[in-house]
Amino acid sequence: METVGTLPPQLLRMILSAVVVIAFVFMNGLLLGYLERKLAGRFQLRPGPMEVGPQGMLQMVADAVKLIGKQFIIPRQSSTTLFRLAPFLAFVPVGVSFIVIPLSSKLQVLDLDMGLIFIIAVMAFNMVATLVAGWVSNNKYALFGAVRSVAQGVAYEIPMLLSLVTVVLLTHSFSMRAMVLSQSHIWHVFMQPVAFVIYFIAGLAETHRAPFDLPEAESELTAGFHTEFSGICFSFFFLAEYTNMFFVCSIAVTLFLGGWSGPPLPWMEYSGAIWFMLKVYVLLFIMIWIRWTFPRVRFDQLLNFCWKYLTPIALLNLLITALVVKL
Amino acid sequence: MSFYRYLAEGLFFGFIVCIFAGAFISLRARQLMNSVLGLAISLLGVAGLFYHLGSPFLALMELLINIGVVCVVIAFGIMVGPKPDQAAEKRPPPKRNRMLAAGACLAASALLLWTVLNTPWNPAIARIGDFTIRHLGESLLHQFCLPFELISILLLVAIIGALIIARIGRYGARE
Repeated sequence: METVGTLPPQLLRMILSAVVVIAFVFMNGLLLGYLERKLAGRFQLRPGPMEVGPQGMLQMVADAVKLIGKQFIIPRQSSTTLFRLAPFLAFVPVGVSFIVIPLSSKLQVLDLDMGLIFIIAVMAFNMVATLVAGWVSNNKYALFGAVRSVAQGVAYEIPMLLSLVTVVLLTHSFSMRAMVLSQSHIWHVFMQPVAFVIYFIAGLAETHRAPFDLPEAESELTAGFHTEFSGICFSFFFLAEYTNMFFVCSIAVTLFLGGWSGPPLPWMEYSGAIWFMLKVYVLLFIMIWIRWTFPRVRFDQLLNFCWKYLTPIALLNLLITALVVKL
Repeated sequence: MSFYRYLAEGLFFGFIVCIFAGAFISLRARQLMNSVLGLAISLLGVAGLFYHLGSPFLALMELLINIGVVCVVIAFGIMVGPKPDQAAEKRPPPKRNRMLAAGACLAASALLLWTVLNTPWNPAIARIGDFTIRHLGESLLHQFCLPFELISILLLVAIIGALIIARIGRYGARE
């Protein structure tokens, strides 16, 4: 086996992957933060951030520096260890789930044969992190935010998983790579439009995006479960949220929109990754668009919509798909 | 390849430490919430052991169901429920409770020990069958179909029971 220096190649690969993933998580956070503020300005007929850099492009960098420099305050009477741990609990799972996302036919850290289950299982940690953050803050708004977030997350996970299972029935595999390869003739979004819509709505709820942003409804709960977190700890929650959005969209692209496939571009080597990113960021644009267009729903409306409409429709869709696949 | 072997062995002992540390935190915690988190750490170790034993699927299910659902539901219950009395949490538990707890622990460990000692263990090489998703699915729906279905009936009964209790709680006082 060929070795680079004295490091075993597998270890080198792991370290490189970790570095690339973490760098990407931070860059994605910066980019999405800028896009969100700029687009919000556009939708509300104002210019958005303009001062720092050309068109305000360096605004997020300035904000990041500000956040790093801020004092980190731990509320009295709350557990110090848990308070310090909560942001990392939120941040680690999103970094880990990157392992199985196929950015292009060659650019993937590891293709597990149960990649989809892996992502879903690791995502379950997010809820634990939210609960811990809400609990240790020792603050009623934070606690309300956490309780809402979990009630919402548990409810919307069901239609989300049911809609993903329909695609698994079509591809006969949990591997993310196989999902993309099975869409070489026709994208799954054309075969499963209902599942795609249900998945996208449930994804909005899972990532706490408006109109389902009740866990962090700023007019009711100040900032929800991360009210008490300041400085770098807040930015970890912020990054986790934006990376989660990226994940929800990249799963949608991988499962429904053909992943990296697309007409070849002049830069042959990178055309897969470019198509993938393009599709993901179009979906992210739609997410941001929805956030600044629709008002927030009430909590009973949110749960009713999930249990009375999304879940039965998703179940029916799954049943019909299973019948069609078997017959 | 010895490097990876050492890494795997190290991970194995890491998981064992994880399980015991989680159990210890869970037992020693004064607050219920810390207890639940201890349980989560312990289950994380168990998931690691499953992975080490060559069944990533079971490891992921352990994460998804036991940490993602069971721990979250317990923590949710603690949050929604009434705030426990601070003074009562500091007081040492009554003698009867201690005896009961010790009895339960001893009975469970005796049962486990009895099973461990009475099982004819196959060495790793002679182990039959694989733990891939296909194999697990087939054995669940052919060989172990009845227990599998019975578990779902048990869950259904639990859900209906919870619904009935919740209804009585909401409307019971008015009638």
